[in-house]
Amino acid sequence: MAVNREIIKFLAMVVVILVAPLLVHEGYLINVMVFIGIHTMLALALNLLLGYAGQISLGQAGFFGLGAYISGILTATHGINPWAAMAAAALFVTFLAFIVGFPILKLKGHYLAMATLGLGIIIYIVFNEAVEQTGGPSGLSGIPNLQVAGIVFDTDLKNYYLIWAFTLAAMGLALNLVHSRIGRALRAIHDSEVAARVMGVNARLLKVQIFALSAGLSAIAGSLYAHTMTFIAPASFGFNFSVELVTMVIIGGLASIYGSLLGAALLTLLPEMLRAFQDYDIIVYGLLLIVMTMFMPGGLVKGVPSALSRIRGKLQGRPVPHA
Amino acid sequence: MLEIRNITQRFGGITALEEISFRVAKGEITGVIGPNGAGKTTLFNIVTGLYTQTAGSVILEGIDISRLPAERLASRGLVRTFQNIELFGTMTVLENVMLGLHTRSNSGILACMGKMPWHVREETRIRSESLEWLEFCGISDLAEQTAANLPFGKGRFLEIARAMAVKPVIMLMDEPAAGLNNRETSELAELIRKIRSTGVTVVLVEHDMELVMDICDRIVVLNLGKKLAEGTPREIQENPAVIAAYLGEG
Repeated sequence: MAVNREIIKFLAMVVVILVAPLLVHEGYLINVMVFIGIHTMLALALNLLLGYAGQISLGQAGFFGLGAYISGILTATHGINPWAAMAAAALFVTFLAFIVGFPILKLKGHYLAMATLGLGIIIYIVFNEAVEQTGGPSGLSGIPNLQVAGIVFDTDLKNYYLIWAFTLAAMGLALNLVHSRIGRALRAIHDSEVAARVMGVNARLLKVQIFALSAGLSAIAGSLYAHTMTFIAPASFGFNFSVELVTMVIIGGLASIYGSLLGAALLTLLPEMLRAFQDYDIIVYGLLLIVMTMFMPGGLVKGVPSALSRIRGKLQGRPVPHA
Repeated sequence: MLEIRNITQRFGGITALEEISFRVAKGEITGVIGPNGAGKTTLFNIVTGLYTQTAGSVILEGIDISRLPAERLASRGLVRTFQNIELFGTMTVLENVMLGLHTRSNSGILACMGKMPWHVREETRIRSESLEWLEFCGISDLAEQTAANLPFGKGRFLEIARAMAVKPVIMLMDEPAAGLNNRETSELAELIRKIRSTGVTVVLVEHDMELVMDICDRIVVLNLGKKLAEGTPREIQENPAVIAAYLGEG
């Protein structure tokens, strides 16, 4: 039964993620794995919009930043409970994206890309200019850690489990969503919007709803980021990061929940491995994106298995099936 | 059942349709025919909410639907198929049909994410009913195939299965026989009759005269944006104005 296989696949991933830090003894690597968790959540949020509904957003870093700043300001400046701040950030950003989404998502293709790009840049400018609230370019510090029943999430290991609990929950919920009538409606909009409408799918509303969901999830990731780092600055939420998120989704695999994890992991580890290249890492991203779209348009998640089966076929001297 | 009332459509200075009126009776198969450029597809796009007409109205079961957008019509029982087939290419055949039940299911985003029990029950119903519609259209052996990989003819039948899953009262088909071979066309004729026998009213735009004369109860002829004639297949075949239009002597 396909449903059971889905559950086994998910549980296997949960086990790997639970055990992974026990095998790693370098604190620095655990820190990298914390970031993989946050990036996975962000890539996942974008993938629902880009991979499933087929709508681009180049403003995701803005929503991520809004989550971080709302949570940061409410706790560090106003002394509000971090969990309440996280909820407030998520609700506000979801609502904001819902309102902004109606006019923006009327646009298609390049125009939608430009509009979301603009939105991201406006948010970024606010982080820099509203110095009274955000601390401006020098950032906002003194953000408290999250805590549950007396446990303060103040070490990399604790944060690892905290963030992956959220990320895994988000992945589980997203998997449920994409295998439901809503998930089908999203893919239908992507494949043929006119046919989806004729079948009664309110494409306009659904796109806005998914945009809002995607923004809200990014805001939760932002809030987690703020409480983990305890310091945030605008530089983390700029246009480059939005592009990096798009790259994660495309490299991992459009319309694939596990692909989001793969893409996030690769693009988080890559800069660590490319330290030697310094500022030239952007060239490597570019090359990666070109190579991927040319040779593995389905992303790693679909490309690797089909490449493997092709190699296996070649080794056994069978004619190569063209996937 | 369906009434087209004085529909006029202008695109810039060009009048594509002028004062078109006719009625479609419940349970009948009505054919809309006419030479290329007669305005048949434009009329379909107006009725199905994709275009908004310059003047006139479309009445479905006593209600004026002419200002409703396309997505509001499925729940009122009006569906259509497309001349060039609009399938959801990346989805499986079964999933395509399951989308036909979108308006007859209502789990929201949160219920779907949380896998609520009523949503799970709804999914089971959607799946089993969709399988029945595949069976109805004779393509249940293709359920797990990706729609984009289907041969054209099978795609046509899938589109009809998906439309039937909406549980329509009326189905509009835009050139359903286009691109089909002879065997597929006769299968299609049989399927359309079967659809009528379930109580669904059918309106089709078609070029294949043999098919139209064979299955239609009534025929409306358009020419150059105007209604030229209306009647039974026999009346239409004997109508001198229609013959003239088709032979280009008008």
